[in-house]
Amino acid sequence: MTLVLETRALEKRFGGIVAANEVSLRLKKGARHALIGPNGAGKTTVINLLTGVLRPSSGEILLDGKNITGVEPHDRVRLGMARTFQINQLFGDLTPLETLGLAISERRGSGWHWWRTVGSRGGVVDEIGELLDRFRLVDVMQERTAILPYGKQRLLEIALAFACRPRVLLLDEPAAGVPDAERQEILATIATLPTDVTVLLIEHDMDIVFTFADRISVLVNGEMLVEGTPDEVSHDPRVKAVYLGESLDA
Amino acid sequence: MLTILFDGIAYGMLLFVLACGLAVTLGLMNFVNLAHGSFAMAGGYAALVIVNNLGMPFAVGLIGAFVFAALLGAVLERTLYVHVYGKSHLEQVLFTIGLVFMSVAAVDYLMGSQQQFIQIPAALQGQIQVAGVGMSKYRLMIITICGVLTVVLQLMLMGSRFGSQLRAAVDDQRVARGLGINVGAVFGITFAVGSGLAGLGGALGAEILGLDPIFPLKYMIYFLIVVTLGGTSSITAPFMASILLGIADVAGKYYVPKLGAFVIYTIMIVVLILRPQGLFARGRTR
Amino acid sequence: MVTPTPPLATEISQFLIARGRWSLIEIVFWIVAFATIYFLPDHYLILTDIVIWALFALSIDLILGFAGVITLGHAAFFGVGAYAAGLMAKHGIIVEPILALVASGLIAAVFGFFTSFLVLRGSDLTRLMVTLGIALVLREIANRFSNITGGADGLQGVTIAPVLGLFSFDLWGQTAYVYSLIVLFVLFALARRIVRSPFGLALLAIKGNPLRAAAIGIGVNWRLVAIYTVAAAYAGIAGALLTQTTAFASLEGFSFERSADGLLILIIGGTGYLYGGIVGALLFKYMQDWLADITPQYWQFWIGLVLVLIVLIGRERIGSWLDPIRRLFDRVGNWRPRKEGQLGMSPGDGGQKP
Repeated sequence: MTLVLETRALEKRFGGIVAANEVSLRLKKGARHALIGPNGAGKTTVINLLTGVLRPSSGEILLDGKNITGVEPHDRVRLGMARTFQINQLFGDLTPLETLGLAISERRGSGWHWWRTVGSRGGVVDEIGELLDRFRLVDVMQERTAILPYGKQRLLEIALAFACRPRVLLLDEPAAGVPDAERQEILATIATLPTDVTVLLIEHDMDIVFTFADRISVLVNGEMLVEGTPDEVSHDPRVKAVYLGESLDA
Repeated sequence: MLTILFDGIAYGMLLFVLACGLAVTLGLMNFVNLAHGSFAMAGGYAALVIVNNLGMPFAVGLIGAFVFAALLGAVLERTLYVHVYGKSHLEQVLFTIGLVFMSVAAVDYLMGSQQQFIQIPAALQGQIQVAGVGMSKYRLMIITICGVLTVVLQLMLMGSRFGSQLRAAVDDQRVARGLGINVGAVFGITFAVGSGLAGLGGALGAEILGLDPIFPLKYMIYFLIVVTLGGTSSITAPFMASILLGIADVAGKYYVPKLGAFVIYTIMIVVLILRPQGLFARGRTR
Repeated sequence: MVTPTPPLATEISQFLIARGRWSLIEIVFWIVAFATIYFLPDHYLILTDIVIWALFALSIDLILGFAGVITLGHAAFFGVGAYAAGLMAKHGIIVEPILALVASGLIAAVFGFFTSFLVLRGSDLTRLMVTLGIALVLREIANRFSNITGGADGLQGVTIAPVLGLFSFDLWGQTAYVYSLIVLFVLFALARRIVRSPFGLALLAIKGNPLRAAAIGIGVNWRLVAIYTVAAAYAGIAGALLTQTTAFASLEGFSFERSADGLLILIIGGTGYLYGGIVGALLFKYMQDWLADITPQYWQFWIGLVLVLIVLIGRERIGSWLDPIRRLFDRVGNWRPRKEGQLGMSPGDGGQKP
């Protein structure tokens, strides 16, 4: 079983603060892996390290066995890794149509084609439509992103990562701030991901975590406390202690 | 060589007094005030009028320069600048460039476009011999005054309550407000003092830098260089940056006259390539 | 996988194609512009001046309006182009004006390419400094090497050969104007193409959210280098045009005033929709004429006042006055009707807020 995404002893220091300490992740192809932990545990730091936004102080990151620790963020995307942000990071002045069109064009190699019109290459239009449809964004596809309601923005945030057709998808609290009704939409869409896509999910909502994940890592104060199946993790006394009485399977 | 060093230090200290207000303004409000040179010019011309036209002593001229520029700064800050703080950097740049253009044209209209000189009292003319080296009395005075000012500023910044409030506000405005510090008042006072110092620098520097309506445009880049190299988190760093710049500029113009001005610009560009955050600035959390 | 229903795909396709197409208004605009050749012969000189400013402002729009890079020294490239064209003509290096124009643009592009790396790093303030510094350095160089450039007196003795060997520059300025207008149009059309392409869309994304742009695979730095280089070339060609139409080049081409005025023109006309440079240049010249009648010598004061007022009143409010114009040209920009309260200009094209 090949490891698609692996970190070895990943460490990140900010001056005297250790944000991530000896973090080791091992994700097999098609994994549905959840990363949980209290606020401030360093989960987003891990994602930032994986995507290259932060440089590790020490340790390695391997994608398909290749060392990508020194690779620039945008090149990692080209290698097949995409992420969503906990707080929406979108292009306020672009429409969903343009936003997705951009990502798709980039992926298809038209990023430097200054002489074409966007979408003139075959297949781009179909892909845009397919994503807009899947994420229920068709009715707002020509609105400025900045004025869209939060739920739609969140859907676009995730759709944008999907548009990159990643082999490894890092989701940072995809359902954060989303009203209940739309949570289900988001979860349902994530569930439709092809089984060969590897997913690392950060989430606080334990319902989602336990429905979704086949393995869970618990991060506390930058360190990996426990890693195992949902069953193992939910019964581990250390985890219960960390969450201080918070019921894990409510 | 010692003369060059001496001249360079004088020049550098002058630059510091001129630019320190800009450094604090930038550090405190993240506001790019390209019109800072206009306050220097205002002070210079105020001194000119006081000394040349009104016949008052040079010292009165210097004080008048400070007061005039400080008042001008205070008034403009409360009436105009305060509306621009929250705007984007581009808008701040446009705004202050607009002020520069207005000030340049206004001074041209009021005072004429030729370079003018403030009458220096006889006591400050000529040189004195110190350890066998001829030193210009005027420059010696500059070093003394600017040196004293720097020490006073540093003491005030580190030792006084206002200074602590100022440092707190520079470090993190929101937290400072949360502590009950009246950041608006701190800034108003700081801006006025900074402008006043610029005015004083303009008056002091009239002899060395020249005083004409295009002063703000000519020296804008120098102030910016001082601030960029020295960063905005302290007084000592811009001070050292100014001294270095002063010496480099004087030495450059002396040893390589053809390329004199380049030395400054090249240093700036090189430093910005290597350390975009400035030579001395420590890392900021912002 | 869900296949989109045909109407959706068609709708998307139609929108994207329409996005790139010239609107009727644009076509009318350019027809009118070229018609001025026949209808306004008395105004050739001032119209040529407007065209050159428009081209310069357009070059600034490419980096400010579409990539979000603030520059206070774009005149650096204008000056490079101006002197390049002047020296080429004076010393017979390249005699035919169009070739010389292209060559000047390429030289300016080289300068732009190498300085772009300085502009990539650092905050807005650093960018201001660097761009300002580069323009000053070049101005100093031109000043110092006065045996080549003529120094403060400017480049003398420049004679421009006939365009294509056929159309000589006449005293009434007709050749100059037609020539300049055609150059503006060609470069405008090219810029329009670039801006509506996937590359241009990526630039808008970079301007809006560079972090996210990188996160979807866009190599931000190289795109910025590219557009900065193109913008430098455009500015260089504008400078070359000035030299070729006036047979003179001076240090003024590098001046801070030129950079600031170019920026002002663009701001007046509006950033991010390419026509802002042209609209701004028209308004600027009109304003200049009007103000020069009042106070011929100190008109810089009024320019300064206009800048101050623009900022105090707010670019957005002023932008909304220009909304009718922007609406006409909305194919090019990303103008969309704002919902209640949000007005006119694109936010975010002014660098970071404090």
